[in-house]
Amino acid sequence: MNFDFSEEQVLLQEQARKFLADACPADLVRSALHDDAPYNEELWKGIVEMGWTAATIPEEYGGLGLSYLELVVIAEELGRAVAPVPFSSSVYLATEALLLAGSEEQKNLWLPKLADGSAIGTFALAEGRGRYSPDGIYTGFSNGKISGEKSVVSDALAASFCITVARDSNSNEVGLYLVTLNQDQAISQQALNTLDMSRSHSSIHFDGADAQPLPAGSTDSACLIDQLLDRAAVLFAWEQIGSADATLEMARDYSLERYAFGRQIGSYQALKHKMAHMYAKNTLARSNCYYAAWALNTNAPELPVAAATARVSATQALFFSSKENIQIHGGVGFTWEYDCHLHYRRARLLAVNIGSEFTWQDKLVSATQQAA
Amino acid sequence: MDFNDTPEEAAFRQKARNWLAENAIPESELEGDNLIHRHRPWLKRLYEGGWSCISWPKRYGGQGASPIQEVIWNQEQSHYPHLKTHRFSVGQKMVAPTLMEFLEDRPETLERLLPPIASGDETWVQLFSEPAGGSDLAALRTRAERDGDAWLVNGQKIWSSHAVEAKWGFIVTRTDPTVPKHKGLTCLYLDMENPGIEIRPIKQANGESEFNEVFFADVRIPDNQRVGQVGQGWEVAVTMLSHERLAMGGENFGVDYEALRKLAGEVCIDGRPAIENAQVRAKLADFYCVEAGLRATTNRAISALSKGKNPGSETSINNMVIGASTQEIAAFALDLMEQAGIVLDESTQESSFFQQAFLSIPSMRIAGGTDEIQANIVAESVLGLPREPRVDKNVPFNELPGGK
Repeated sequence: MNFDFSEEQVLLQEQARKFLADACPADLVRSALHDDAPYNEELWKGIVEMGWTAATIPEEYGGLGLSYLELVVIAEELGRAVAPVPFSSSVYLATEALLLAGSEEQKNLWLPKLADGSAIGTFALAEGRGRYSPDGIYTGFSNGKISGEKSVVSDALAASFCITVARDSNSNEVGLYLVTLNQDQAISQQALNTLDMSRSHSSIHFDGADAQPLPAGSTDSACLIDQLLDRAAVLFAWEQIGSADATLEMARDYSLERYAFGRQIGSYQALKHKMAHMYAKNTLARSNCYYAAWALNTNAPELPVAAATARVSATQALFFSSKENIQIHGGVGFTWEYDCHLHYRRARLLAVNIGSEFTWQDKLVSATQQAA
Repeated sequence: MDFNDTPEEAAFRQKARNWLAENAIPESELEGDNLIHRHRPWLKRLYEGGWSCISWPKRYGGQGASPIQEVIWNQEQSHYPHLKTHRFSVGQKMVAPTLMEFLEDRPETLERLLPPIASGDETWVQLFSEPAGGSDLAALRTRAERDGDAWLVNGQKIWSSHAVEAKWGFIVTRTDPTVPKHKGLTCLYLDMENPGIEIRPIKQANGESEFNEVFFADVRIPDNQRVGQVGQGWEVAVTMLSHERLAMGGENFGVDYEALRKLAGEVCIDGRPAIENAQVRAKLADFYCVEAGLRATTNRAISALSKGKNPGSETSINNMVIGASTQEIAAFALDLMEQAGIVLDESTQESSFFQQAFLSIPSMRIAGGTDEIQANIVAESVLGLPREPRVDKNVPFNELPGGK
């Protein structure tokens, strides 16, 4: 059995960690909470130069043709660094959607730009509050034009195009549509105030914007969206576990340097047990992430179960770890200058971005029922 | 990343599989309810075929197998659940490795003691816990006093599993009460037929009697049955406990996700299968995440062994997590049955297994180190957090409150 990363992959991860420690310190994330830029362009440029946006794009489309095992270790490090960049939107969602369902023409046009950083993509799903279901999609596509309202879209203010979930008014099927965002007459965006301003969010109003369907091929188009979300869930889970481990390390380090009642607070069992439970949850989630990475990389039939398992356990681990990290820090953990809140904010963004814990719990059980 | 055997591993797996296919004893040929008597013929067959305790050196009855070979063997053997020989694990997985470490320079003693452990002819009982020494094991009071070339042992042990059937006992005693508690301990092994030993089964909360109290009145143990130096008992005991933590785990009484998923498909809420209920699904998903996480964590450790490396610290969470999770699942299963959840039908082993498990699981969270002790171990040895200050650390044992 070789249920582990290769030496090269471990090396790549070390390089990524070093790069981000230097290029993405916590102060950069903190300042991104209140500047107006939709993302940190300099950091993004560095990430593009490292080749990360090109990682899983095949060489024929200008990418590096690496495996998902390389991409997940990068995702983990981006999560650890709480990087204020549109990586998840552009790489886990827009790039994945094109790889999964794009026409040859769409792939030829967009994948090289995604790879070399000249384009950023994103994904628009939500229409109002509540769990996504195809029945709740009112954005309509007809005669090459798309109209409707997407209520919360990550990183669209940074993106050149958006993979949009919409309903074909002829077939009534819900599918994926590629919409370029430079159509000033037909698209208006409203920036949103959010819990985590280090990543930009907006609502998008489409009013007869040009759009191209992503051909689903033989796949049922609703299934296609589930497939895309399953694949993205694995990558999101790796970001989550990176952040979760970072918060555990912060908590441990602080508990070793802070004294109360004459001794290190990390010597009290109340805190030791809390951190042991953080470690246990993170470890279970990490192991589930390993399995999901394997399933994604081999396109295994176990992917729906594995993705949901990784997603649920990573979401839970990061929520627990990020909130208890603040708790272990006490008062200073609730200050702007300490880094605890950066992870606490990002934890919620990651938790709801492609479906909440509750949504993925439901998917997990469905997937085990189908597998049985 | 893959789940494949290396060619050497695959060859070994095939060899193990073939041997098991030819030699496994069918369930119908096993006799009696006492698992030690029931499985003894199977252990004998394993031993004669060279498949018992395969990681031990050949001279002691093993085949010098590598850790990964042992994992493969366990995986293959697990396909025959009726042949699970866990009742022999005190001797095989805890005592034997400890003896091999501390009696390394006495091969003739090991040649006497180890092969009967492998063959199942002789079982062992661990005599560690005492009424005054549970989580704080080193507070134990059973005295061993020097008497010529022997020790005279007086005191009481408790929570000793399967003491009645055991041929040998492995005991940790206090040999010097005038030094701090960890420094005054010594380990011995003894014949359980010695005069002066009285075994009283404990009626447990689940109605069974797996554990015992063992009383010692002037029990004479020759000094050549000492394991480790006089005063080295704590180190020896901790070594054995670390083997115990490895040997534990994996036992879930059949309470798992699949069993719960089946049940949730059978029982109804508002006239529909319970599994359609959103709250039920959320709980099921959480249980699945823990179970899958433990499985994948084990696979990471096996992968390390396969590469000839030591597994990392990740498996240390097993004992901390598994008891509490299993208890939650069992309680939830009973809730799904509503009023019927209380009914204990003992007509077959399968009927009411959630109820039986519910009653037995509290011991999982205590035996071999409580959940809280396990959390301390993770916090200290994995996360590097400091120990709680100890008021008894540098005080002679006989000056401690309760130490006399």
